[in-house]
Amino acid sequence: MNKPTNTPQTLAQKLIAKAAGRSHVAVGDIVNCQVDLAMFHDSSGPRRLKPMLEELGAEIWDKSRVVLVMDHYVPERDDDSRRIVRIAREWAVEQKLPHVYDSLGICHVVLPQKGHLKPGMFCVGGDSHSPTGGALGTYMFGVGSTEMLGVVVTGQLWVRVPQTFLMRWNNRLQPGVTAKDMMLHMIGRFGMNGGAYQAIEFCGEAVKALSMQERMTMSNMSAEMGSQVGLIEPDQVTRDWLATTGAKDVQIEGWHTDEGAEAVAHEFDAATLVPQVAAPHSPANTKSVDEFKNTPIQVAYIGACTGAKLEDLRAAAQVLRGQQLPAGVRLMVAPASLQDQAQAESEGVMQTLRQSGAEVLPTSCGACSGYGGSIPDGANVIATTARNFKGRMGSATAQVYLASPYTVAASALRGSISDPREVLA
Amino acid sequence: MSVHHRVWKVGADVDTDQLAPGAYMKLGILDIAKHCLEGVRPEFAAEVKAGDVLAAGPNFGIGSSREQAADALVKLGVKAVVAPSYGGLYFRNAFNLGLLLLTCKEAEALDEGEQISLDLSTWTVVRANGQRLACDAIPEFLVAMVEAGGLLPQLKLRLQQQRAS
Repeated sequence: MNKPTNTPQTLAQKLIAKAAGRSHVAVGDIVNCQVDLAMFHDSSGPRRLKPMLEELGAEIWDKSRVVLVMDHYVPERDDDSRRIVRIAREWAVEQKLPHVYDSLGICHVVLPQKGHLKPGMFCVGGDSHSPTGGALGTYMFGVGSTEMLGVVVTGQLWVRVPQTFLMRWNNRLQPGVTAKDMMLHMIGRFGMNGGAYQAIEFCGEAVKALSMQERMTMSNMSAEMGSQVGLIEPDQVTRDWLATTGAKDVQIEGWHTDEGAEAVAHEFDAATLVPQVAAPHSPANTKSVDEFKNTPIQVAYIGACTGAKLEDLRAAAQVLRGQQLPAGVRLMVAPASLQDQAQAESEGVMQTLRQSGAEVLPTSCGACSGYGGSIPDGANVIATTARNFKGRMGSATAQVYLASPYTVAASALRGSISDPREVLA
Repeated sequence: MSVHHRVWKVGADVDTDQLAPGAYMKLGILDIAKHCLEGVRPEFAAEVKAGDVLAAGPNFGIGSSREQAADALVKLGVKAVVAPSYGGLYFRNAFNLGLLLLTCKEAEALDEGEQISLDLSTWTVVRANGQRLACDAIPEFLVAMVEAGGLLPQLKLRLQQQRAS
């Protein structure tokens, strides 16, 4: 049933074919794939996997291919979170898991920073933002706990080979406009399920020009378009970044979409993109920042895997350097990983943020997922997070707007939604 | 002979936070289920009966990977969801938990409280007035998963067979 290997294939098809042990797969094929790595966190992992594994009397298929990250319920705030995190810690010891990262940062940022992801891998994560790994040319997507149990026991998983949507961004972004703005724009245009669980591949000059962390922001939020994965062809940027993580045997050759491969293409102009803002209560309610001008803001939040990496912190500091937040505006910053926070400290970025009046929160998923509910009822909130569903951040009456770290910092500074380019100018 | 199912209607874009609100995620599934859809149908969790069916608009189950969003419906006894489209992750989770999802372009034509039957041999929803709505066929291995009650019972059986042989 395999077609000849010279049939042009997309990057997504090549990655699946490798995992399925085939030379070629066609769109719509349902194939069984060998999983290279499975990642889960304190919320989706041990507390749900442990009882199911015990019920089955089964063992983990390959512990070297499992990564556990404690990021959702840390730091523990109440008895329930203490219980959940304790289950994770005790299970990690009991199972002698070799790769456990406790309170070091958010899983989607920690996993690549610790060198676990490389081009060509097929991975699953117990979290919907697992497509972040696509930024490195890894086929990675989120699964629920029961499906994760299947992977943990068998090391395998079925997948229906998706169609590829090629999102080609021509030209370069203007200063003050980021990967987050590109993503919000695409989600606004195509909708929350516009990706129809297919493979999205981001390409073009503007994408190639992005740093690895900005690429991760794109792949991360491909989840908000309802795609299975958000891939970016690995290149020298990937290679250079991976060299800093200690990842070994990095191969990027061949991991690209062939000329003539079947895909649906969309074109965008990065040069004319302006900062974007998503209004409550959906990331798809995205418009240009001008449309929300003068909307008052009481709370600003720079956090989450998609919005508080080193480069996001630098962007916020660039806006806030030497400035003071006005009375009545609360800016909270929860760095995405300790590594990013330490680097930001050494560069003076954290000092700039603190001096402006920002509060620095522990590195964890925190308020993004409503697990660390510090969002007051009724407040207008602007956040660098991925989702503004009603009630997600813990308050059903909060009005949450999504934007880039530049826009969030500028809006905090002015007390109302603002175009960061005016502040940066 | 066909079994009839009462229809509960919800709109488009019902996300996982509406099915399993984040604030209750610390709790066990039976307690999470009590809050299922409380934002859009506050009476749903208390009044839904075993065998009822949920009819929804497009993009049912978009959002997070939390499978409690599917399991809550299973625990409440919901037989199936009928909707024009689903979040991809939700689709996988539902079958893994033993919840049947029927992809039906005309799902929104169904009326609240209507009695329908599901004909899986022809992949159609049969309305109270006899009208038949076409659904997408589901691969055999997923139907088998639902019939087994989900992936966990299936795995259990497989491991038992491996040990016996």
